[in-house]
Amino acid sequence: MATSHPLGRKALVIYLMAGRETPELAEAAVEGGADLVELGFPFSDPLADGPVIRRAAERALAEGMRTQACLDCLAAVRGRVDVPLVPMTYSSLLEAYGWERFAVDVRAAGATSLIVADLPADERAGLRRVQLVAPTSTDERIRAAAAVTEGWLYLVTVTGTTGARSEASGALAGLAARARSLGDGVPLYAGFGISTPEQARAAAELTDGVVVGSRAVELAERGSGPLRDYVRSLRTALD
Amino acid sequence: MASTYGTYGGRYVPETLIPALDELGAAWQAALADGGFREELDHLARSYAGRPTPLTLAERFSPAKRLYLKREDLLHTGAHKLNNALGQAVLARRLGKKRIVAETGAGQHGVATATVCARFGLECVVYMGSEDMRRQKPNVERMGLLGAEVRPVEFGTRTLKEATSEAIRDWITNVESTHYLIGSCVGPAPYPEIVRELQAVIGREARAQVLEAEGRLPDAVVACVGGGSNAIGMFAGFLDDTDVELVGVEAAGAASLGTGRTGVLHGSRSSVLADEDGQIADAHSISAGLDYPGVGPEHAFLRDSGRARYVGTTDDEALDAFRRLTRTEGIIPALEPAHALARVDDLDAELVVVCLSGRGDKDLAEVLGRADGD
Repeated sequence: MATSHPLGRKALVIYLMAGRETPELAEAAVEGGADLVELGFPFSDPLADGPVIRRAAERALAEGMRTQACLDCLAAVRGRVDVPLVPMTYSSLLEAYGWERFAVDVRAAGATSLIVADLPADERAGLRRVQLVAPTSTDERIRAAAAVTEGWLYLVTVTGTTGARSEASGALAGLAARARSLGDGVPLYAGFGISTPEQARAAAELTDGVVVGSRAVELAERGSGPLRDYVRSLRTALD
Repeated sequence: MASTYGTYGGRYVPETLIPALDELGAAWQAALADGGFREELDHLARSYAGRPTPLTLAERFSPAKRLYLKREDLLHTGAHKLNNALGQAVLARRLGKKRIVAETGAGQHGVATATVCARFGLECVVYMGSEDMRRQKPNVERMGLLGAEVRPVEFGTRTLKEATSEAIRDWITNVESTHYLIGSCVGPAPYPEIVRELQAVIGREARAQVLEAEGRLPDAVVACVGGGSNAIGMFAGFLDDTDVELVGVEAAGAASLGTGRTGVLHGSRSSVLADEDGQIADAHSISAGLDYPGVGPEHAFLRDSGRARYVGTTDDEALDAFRRLTRTEGIIPALEPAHALARVDDLDAELVVVCLSGRGDKDLAEVLGRADGD
């Protein structure tokens, strides 16, 4: 399945935590205009995540969303939407499940690729995945990550964890410019700290798409309707 | 620099931190190659920290053996943690970092970090689980007096695991101004190696002291293992002496090496308490310093290679050893090394050195509370 940015428009990626209601929520997100859905496989100690996603992970684990349940959830989402699906998780789950087996089984369940938040490009280099780069990354590391990333390169807009910020990141412009010149044409999607339509539009002016996580997770807690409306507001801002 | 110990170790952290780890590794190598760094550390160790610490024969605690205690409890601030905190503070100054973050469990690493930050005029933020703040109140107060800000961690287990995660999140957010002064031989490379080298002074001194006292090497060297920094420092002095048995003692309810599985926690691949899906399990120990579901990657490597072996001690056994050392030797140990003391009588060894990694003042409320309940 194609993972380059679709339809000539800015890509909108929505993150949802795996859970019982996720297939329905993913459908609402796609109806609202999401081009890709990231599906969080919860981990007990998520170092890259701020409080919203950490708490969502705690709740998901308390509901029994272990690896097999997450794979089932992924397959159920696949049955409801036709956009690319990308699980996002942490190394400990892959270590326990088997690194290769995990990569094979998420694809068998309908994933296009995967993201491992605590796995920089030079660890487990053989594992195909969406790579992340950060404002602190050197040019050499950006070039290396762009060369091996699968589909698109995830630009972490802030030095920090996931979660809404009131201010747009001043670091993104420099990172996007470096990634553009070093990335050999790979699509660039910006994430971490993007929550409002204005922030999404500003970030998308510098990149090929945006990822919205924590705020989407908060809206998803209120149900499909509020999530759909929120995603639509982001979509409108991007188009 | 080796970033792995066999298949253990590595740098399983968000990309944001990798350049800082590269910078730290380069500064560490430069410091090792610079005689001035070693001289500065040696001077601080002697004139500020109180090194070398004595080796004490404990004849009444273990009359059937020749038991020596390596007295890290007599180090300034009352535990071996200062060896590491001093070294990393000197390293942070070489890196030009003015702000330090740390995690603490029992509070000994937090106190050591707050101490060196006061000594060098660095801003200090210490993350501590709220459950540990309750258990280790005197150390919370000491950190405050020393000028550190103690930030309670109110979620999850409210102990060292969550405090470590929060300290790493702070570091991710403030990485350009901040050095993360990790307290044990855990975390992403190069931390396990740095902490081990800074703690290796324990083993080097103990080896020379026991040779001087007894004219021979010990049959066994014993140390408690939470994250494992006092043990790795002690073992480092004897690794090449293959006739010396190396014994690590874990809390039975937090036996990352004894009952754990291979997993990834706080930046490195090691033996961790986790379920079959890789979700980290809660550890349980009376000792806040051992109440951690992970362990340094080099310990996992030493376990697999057979060079060291790891055994467990229950809360009650540790309390017995705590009371017995207090009454027989006039030394109040921390609950952490009391776990190591509890295993001495089991050893098929005559000449034994135990790392007495800290003093027990911080544990009085916990121990006396238990005694009331008996």
